[in-house]
Amino acid sequence: MRCAVIVFPGSNCDRDLADAIAKVTGRAPAMIWHRETELPANLDFIGVPGGFSYGDYLRSGAMAARSPVMQAVVKAAGEGRAVLGICNGFQVLTEAGLLPGALMRNAGLNFVCRDVRLSVANSQSIFTSLYATGEEIRIPVAHHDGNYTADAATLDRLEGEGRVAFRYAEAVNGSARDIAGILNDEGNVLGMMPHPERLIEAEQGGTDGRRMFEAAMMALA
Amino acid sequence: MAAPMIVKVTVTLKNGVLDPQGRAIEAALKGLGFDGVAGARVGKLIELEVADGTSRETIENMAKQLLANTVIENFRIEMP
Repeated sequence: MRCAVIVFPGSNCDRDLADAIAKVTGRAPAMIWHRETELPANLDFIGVPGGFSYGDYLRSGAMAARSPVMQAVVKAAGEGRAVLGICNGFQVLTEAGLLPGALMRNAGLNFVCRDVRLSVANSQSIFTSLYATGEEIRIPVAHHDGNYTADAATLDRLEGEGRVAFRYAEAVNGSARDIAGILNDEGNVLGMMPHPERLIEAEQGGTDGRRMFEAAMMALA
Repeated sequence: MAAPMIVKVTVTLKNGVLDPQGRAIEAALKGLGFDGVAGARVGKLIELEVADGTSRETIENMAKQLLANTVIENFRIEMP
């Protein structure tokens, strides 16, 4: 599986994500700087990592979404390549228009940094096929702006089309309908606030994140 | 160079979008003893220094493409 991880100024989970990909696929991803206008040819998987791209200036993910490399990511997504945005990466994907809705300040106003319980809402996607629908998993979150918001019609459509991938199984940030992660209409783009790349090996406290990368590898390699 | 013109773009959350920061401000004002506050909403003011004669349409495009996230925010433009 040929992978790339996008790196913005202020990304801070890019190496964790690269490490997770390397450990699961056996091959290190290409690290792509935000000024690049093209991605390597024949990519199967693009990771948009967590962090505080551009210092969260203006809105979380707003500046990164307009950076040169994101034009290439939007194009690649349109060609059907798998794109996974985690935390700030999810914010970037919504700001870039690859996913609907927006991520606002947590309802409790606090930065939330802890393990949370998630319920798998869709296990049919290339990212979630190794989970069972309704299965509860435990993945850490670390964010200030994770409060997912969209208008009622958009939320209804996401639910009706099975595009909610994960829901919080406990109160975390005030997200509409407890949404923690969503898919695009083609199913090749997933954005989520929790950090699966932080749970790859038992030494990290669990391996619930690993299956996401294994599922993608099964589908794409 | 032509004299610059200052344009103000005010970005506010749409009605119906929950504003946790506004809620906190409202609660804090009540805590200080200010009773008549029925609500508080937080927005942003962006002052742009642009060439004199820049069109409103150009500023609108700036707002739509970057300054506001129109999924959750409205914007208002003030030109001299």
